[in-house]
Amino acid sequence: MSKLTITTSAAAILALTAGAAVARDNVQIAGSSTVLPYASIVAELFGDNTDFPTPVVESGGSSSGLARFCEGVGENTIDIANASRAIREREIETCAANGVTDIIEVRIGYDGIVFASQIDGPAFTAFTPSDWFLALAENIVVDGAIVANPNITWADVNADLPAVEIAAFIPGTKHGTREVFEENVLLQGCEDTGQMAAMMEAGLSEDDAEAACMAVRTDGKSVDIDGDYTETLARIDANTNGIGVFGLAFYENNTDKLKVATMGGVAPSTATIASGDYPVSRPLFFYIKKAHIGVIPGLKEYAQFFMADEIAGPNGPLANYGLVSDPELAEVQATIENETVMGGGM
Amino acid sequence: MTDATHEGAKRHRSLLTVDAQTKKRNAAEARFKVYGMVAILAGLTFLVVLAVSIIRSGLPAFSANMVQVELTLSQEQYAEAEGQLFKTRAYADIFNAAFTAELRERGLTTEFDPESIERIIGQPGATIRSFYRANEDQLGQPVTFNLPTASRIDGYFKGRLLRENVTDSRFLTLADLDLADELKEAGIIQSQFNWTFITGKDSSVDNPGGAGLGASVIGSFAMMLVVLFLSLPIGVAASIYLEEFAPKNRITDLIEVNISNLAAVPSIVFGILGLAVFIQFAHLPQSAPLVGGLVLTLMTLPTIIISTRASLKSVPPSIRDAALGVGASKMQAVFHHVLPLAMPGILTGTIIGLAQALGETAPLLLIGMVGFVAREYPDGLVSAFMDPNSAMPAQIYTWAARSDDAFYEKAWGGIIILLVFLLAMNLLAILLRRRFERRW
Repeated sequence: MSKLTITTSAAAILALTAGAAVARDNVQIAGSSTVLPYASIVAELFGDNTDFPTPVVESGGSSSGLARFCEGVGENTIDIANASRAIREREIETCAANGVTDIIEVRIGYDGIVFASQIDGPAFTAFTPSDWFLALAENIVVDGAIVANPNITWADVNADLPAVEIAAFIPGTKHGTREVFEENVLLQGCEDTGQMAAMMEAGLSEDDAEAACMAVRTDGKSVDIDGDYTETLARIDANTNGIGVFGLAFYENNTDKLKVATMGGVAPSTATIASGDYPVSRPLFFYIKKAHIGVIPGLKEYAQFFMADEIAGPNGPLANYGLVSDPELAEVQATIENETVMGGGM
Repeated sequence: MTDATHEGAKRHRSLLTVDAQTKKRNAAEARFKVYGMVAILAGLTFLVVLAVSIIRSGLPAFSANMVQVELTLSQEQYAEAEGQLFKTRAYADIFNAAFTAELRERGLTTEFDPESIERIIGQPGATIRSFYRANEDQLGQPVTFNLPTASRIDGYFKGRLLRENVTDSRFLTLADLDLADELKEAGIIQSQFNWTFITGKDSSVDNPGGAGLGASVIGSFAMMLVVLFLSLPIGVAASIYLEEFAPKNRITDLIEVNISNLAAVPSIVFGILGLAVFIQFAHLPQSAPLVGGLVLTLMTLPTIIISTRASLKSVPPSIRDAALGVGASKMQAVFHHVLPLAMPGILTGTIIGLAQALGETAPLLLIGMVGFVAREYPDGLVSAFMDPNSAMPAQIYTWAARSDDAFYEKAWGGIIILLVFLLAMNLLAILLRRRFERRW
């Protein structure tokens, strides 16, 4: 009877509460752990500065947030998905299949991805994308043949780097950060070193070569971190030679524990990211379900408040926390104001 | 066994001399005792290390360095601040200007620029706004505010942040620390008991000083009520039927095995079930303590059923036989005689089950109770169950995952509060057992 008892009891409870299910009066948000700090700052201010209740912001990663976003329309689904990458075509299709057709895309600003190590650790001060590709690639071309990556220490990769074993902690595949890391660092390094051309000469098609460029070694030298940056920090704390991938804001809050390396000769800062000099930065987004505007109180107001000059502008609390504010803020504000959906529809 | 008259005198054994075999046996016993003591000692050491580290890391969360400042807000300033979009910023600016002016008047020895004040004071805007919104009659009169300092300054006074680790940044400069030191000496910054930590709600990453566990304690309490009122009657009814009335056959055997299996199912599985059934199918609100309570009920039921059946079993059959013998019906025998005697065991099982549910985070992860949930206190019974809220362990988990050390400290402090609740519940279980227990 165990299962029977449980299901019947559950059914009884549902019957009791179904009638009492009240309309949701708060905005429900989920998604990227990179966007979470910004979203929580805005959520708190939104609750403090308006008469709407404070929105609920959950974490979990861009992909899982967008997956929940695309589950359908209705009070039991989330209103906004935070993402540290743009929504993919495949996800838009899933959304459409579940009835989520009108999506408003809001670009919050830019975030830099920095490479940092223990403050007292080896002198990792300057990297190039090529170093990272040669250190982390699964296979590289040696003398015209594709072989498993033979590099063991950073000095094997680049004689200027410390001769310590490679131990990298990079974002796991469900993070939006991973995509930027693959494209702006690994693929870039692959092209810079001429490895991509070498791979194609070795008989790979262009697509296969690109995939091979972004394949990360699985022999333990590189560790995927599926949690948030706190976990990466803990790994770095425990490993003197470890190098981790962090968001700029996180690094700036932990300058007493971490030291940052330049990438391609440029030090990461809000200024170099805004100017586009620092090569590894990415836009942050949130996506609004248009069907929920007018149904969930405060949804549009939250988006407007988020992107107001006072909040998301260069002197606002988000910029103070490490977000590089969007130079085209006015356009984003207009998008929200007119509820312009993606794909040009209305 | 041993007889002295038997042939070989070599094999002569006396009770007074210890032979090799006895020595060996005695040594084995002594060794075993040592093993046991070592095991207990190891356990105790771990316990002490754990307790010491929790208390050491968590105690600072219960104090806060606060600034006491008198502020007079005029009607015009109030109207102007309320007219803006970013109202709390406007209040903070007014406050910082007033505080700077006051310090200039006092004539501090340390030179400072107004931006230092901004970095020393945390986020005063929300506190000031909510005070004046509730007390408009106080406008134009001096009001003393007690405001938390910024987390870095607080950390500096608590020894979390060392001067030699500070490099000038937009968050903190060495000049700020000089000024903070002087304010501390002048008694403007004081270390106080942190009531906000006990009564407050969650705050954003930017405002660690305003974060508290209070709202999530309410959330946990609401969930425990749901668990108690559902799992106790259902669990007890199920076990009484199974133990006293159900025929022993294949079906009941199967059910018994399944209950034992359910008790061992990882709690996250119940979270997934809760998401699918309660939120997606039954359309109950997300992040609501009601849903959390329902999920935890599913998790607690097997525990309660198993402990209830055990305590029903431990009531001697003679009690039932005597009741039936004097003409009681089966139901009368169970409810008048067996159940009251089994009650202490049932209550203990229930409280242990509740304590387990109180500390559970994993299933809450899936129904949206883990994350940034910072609602005001619920304004009624319905809102306590239906409005989004967090729970104590979920709140601790969220804090531990933030980049700021101040939140890490709060996570430890939260563990202390959670442990106090758990200890209180276990103590209650022990007291109930002592009070009502009967030995046969």
